[in-house]
Amino acid sequence: MAIADSSAAPGSTEHGVRRRDFIHIVSGGFVAAGAAAAAWPFISQMNPAADTRALSTVEVDLAPVASGQAIKVMWQGKPVFVRNRPEAEVKAMRAVSLSELRDPQKDEDRVQAGHDNWLVTLGVCTHLGCVPLGAAQGEPKGEYGGYFCPCHGSHYDASGRIRKGPAPKNLEVPTYAFKTPTAIVIG
Amino acid sequence: MGFHWAKKYEPQSGLEKWLDERLPIIRLVHDSVGAGYPAPKNLNYWWNFGSLAGLFLVVQIVTGIVLAMHYAANQAVAFDSVERIMRDVNFGWLIRYMHANGASFFFIVVYVHILRGLYYGSYKAPREMLWILGVVIYLLMMATGFMGYVLPWGQMSFWGAQVITGLFSAIPVVGDDIQTLLLGAPFVGNPALNKFFSLHYLLPFVIAGVVILHIWALHIPGSNNPLGIDVKGPADTVPFHPYYTAKDLMGVVAALIVFSIFVFFLPNALGHPDNYIPADPLSTPAHIVPEWYYWPFYAILRAFTYDFLGVPAKLWGVLAMFAAILLLFFLPWLDDSKTRSARFRPVYKQLFWLLVADLALLGYCGAAPAEEPYVRISQFAAAYYFIHFLILVPIVARLETPKPLPKSISEPVLPGAAAQPAE
Amino acid sequence: MIRLISFGVGAIFTLALLIAAFLPREAAVEDPAAKFHKPHMHVEFAHQGIFGTYDRAQLQRGFQVYKEVCAACHSLHRVAFRNLADLGYNEAEIKAIAKGYDVPSIDDKTGDASTRPGLPSDRFPLVYPNDVAAKAANNGKAPPDLSLIVKAREGHEAYIYSVLAGYETAPAEFQVPEGGNFNPYFPGNVIAMPKPLSDDQVTYGDGTKATVEQMSKDVTAFLTWAAEPHMEARKRIGIGVLMFLSVFFIVAVNSYRKIKAAVNSH
Repeated sequence: MAIADSSAAPGSTEHGVRRRDFIHIVSGGFVAAGAAAAAWPFISQMNPAADTRALSTVEVDLAPVASGQAIKVMWQGKPVFVRNRPEAEVKAMRAVSLSELRDPQKDEDRVQAGHDNWLVTLGVCTHLGCVPLGAAQGEPKGEYGGYFCPCHGSHYDASGRIRKGPAPKNLEVPTYAFKTPTAIVIG
Repeated sequence: MGFHWAKKYEPQSGLEKWLDERLPIIRLVHDSVGAGYPAPKNLNYWWNFGSLAGLFLVVQIVTGIVLAMHYAANQAVAFDSVERIMRDVNFGWLIRYMHANGASFFFIVVYVHILRGLYYGSYKAPREMLWILGVVIYLLMMATGFMGYVLPWGQMSFWGAQVITGLFSAIPVVGDDIQTLLLGAPFVGNPALNKFFSLHYLLPFVIAGVVILHIWALHIPGSNNPLGIDVKGPADTVPFHPYYTAKDLMGVVAALIVFSIFVFFLPNALGHPDNYIPADPLSTPAHIVPEWYYWPFYAILRAFTYDFLGVPAKLWGVLAMFAAILLLFFLPWLDDSKTRSARFRPVYKQLFWLLVADLALLGYCGAAPAEEPYVRISQFAAAYYFIHFLILVPIVARLETPKPLPKSISEPVLPGAAAQPAE
Repeated sequence: MIRLISFGVGAIFTLALLIAAFLPREAAVEDPAAKFHKPHMHVEFAHQGIFGTYDRAQLQRGFQVYKEVCAACHSLHRVAFRNLADLGYNEAEIKAIAKGYDVPSIDDKTGDASTRPGLPSDRFPLVYPNDVAAKAANNGKAPPDLSLIVKAREGHEAYIYSVLAGYETAPAEFQVPEGGNFNPYFPGNVIAMPKPLSDDQVTYGDGTKATVEQMSKDVTAFLTWAAEPHMEARKRIGIGVLMFLSVFFIVAVNSYRKIKAAVNSH
């Protein structure tokens, strides 16, 4: 290792070992590189496992949901509300002026064109993650006729938009697609 | 601790000085595994196995904590959760194979470490505490390894738990009650699995604690060396860092190469196929064997087949198996030869190699089915084990004439020099 | 004092052992099956060896054998349909395969147990609802799940292959009990499973001749994959790790030598 002799002398100790020798730097580099590479599997294992990732889509049959009703389905461990809105409700939602909204968003942008009656949102309050009421029959729908979160009193309208209470944002709309007119795939 | 010529730690910067006055942690490292620890200059490669044991303890703790993030200690799902780790968790197969083979490698390096201590007399005064703490670590390792093997809840896990806890039932009067206490039920089931998981997670940290005591006890007299004579002065030592840190790094990389060959290319070679069959309380495997590192002691356990003095053979086996390990605690006093290293003890040296061969033979018998000729071989081999430690070693210590010792580590033996009085 | 105790303890254990060692032994009873037992056959696979990878076409043929023959009695419950992507099937093919199986489900109106067509995320369903049913339907011996069978048997691939391809007519002096079948590669030579494969039992899509040997080999390869699906990644990463460590070792040796030389010359 003649190469190493060219390195600077100041690292020498009383035993004449020069710590800054090239070979020792390379050796230290291997320790660092090896440790970094070995760390990867231990970090990666915390990400969702293959079986968890495989559950990332769910198919929902809409046929049994009558107008005015809603269902809850589980998707990736979270509830999703699927609501069949009567025409009057859709009209009312579209009439709301954006200036009244905390998180301004048009109803048209929250549903899929041609399926305007179907509102699909996550059933997770954007305040602190409780599940709002209003999807099942007999549950309070809140002051705006949509969903009501009992934890801290957030009211959502029939478009899932936040209208009153501490929640900052509208209920999230997951990615979904209509497979047939009466079936959707979420995720 | 240590030697007056040890290099004192001098803080290099204001920050180091500030830290040193409040928490002298850099000083601690410097004095224990740094330039401030003078180690004998003649340590050979057998001295690498101490740091390797530390390496595999760390591997086991790190991989074990990660496995516990995915493992479920319930008899209904334990096997499934392990298979999920193997199939679905990202790199789960790698981490589990590291843990399973890491246990074997931990034992391999610890066995070499122990045998090195036996050969070079590292257990002798003034290192008795160091040796005793080492035996404590070994006992904790055996308990940890056994309980860890139960966790996958395969056939060998289940029947291993049955057989090992069954050992305690050999104790007169209270034996059955003790076995029930250990299992938390009159059978091997969920209470045992949960308990073993909890303890399997706890004990490695206890081991790590005792390892710190072990290293502390090492630093009081300093390391033994292949000559087994005391360090006399600065010429006999080199600073631990960089000399032995570089040597240990070399050993670590070599060990990782061998470890990787097993993990990546022979991951199940040290395991037993039956543990890939889920536990079934209704069917015992044809041939129950423990993990390889228990084979010699398993052979001693099974070698007792005669109700000697009216005591049941089963109880003899259990007593002998525990005695075989516990007698190591007394070794520093059983062997009171003043000469440490077997290099200068011609008779002890031969006995040592006989013991190594005997342990190999016991291990072979421990893995074999309980049939002839293995039972008879293991009876002679087990007898030698006890004769070696309890009879021959104390006698040889008294009767043997050691070879002359060199003056010091730095001065080789002078031709024709008179025997030096041993330290 | 310690010496006296030590001699005493040593003498007692030694005596107990030596008396036992010199006691006469009962004559060993010869196992009547041992005479007819055969060590497993030698068989080679593409996936063996350091660089070995699974032969996709073989895995697909093996899967076909499993599906058309073994699956009648043996489950593969730790393998999910989505895993079949490893065999080279595309998403549509996997969906179609999954659909062909009924997996347990709950009727979302009545809550009763029911079934639905499988999805790629499902695992291969159990053949029998539980062990008791499996035993009842098979003369008291439950057919084992095959997901781990290659790793769970001494001899691994060679053993599985030998059992499948090694059925023979029992020798006249060997008594095969009722409901048993003679197989000299199976422990005890009597296996509950009747000879499962016969020539041309399946029709391979790739034109491979479906002999008993060929089918045994293919299904063994498939079951090896089922037991160890990450084998290829394991070997690939292993080669990288070993190359890294080998270079690292050379560096570490030179680093150490340099330090040693400096100390010795001092």
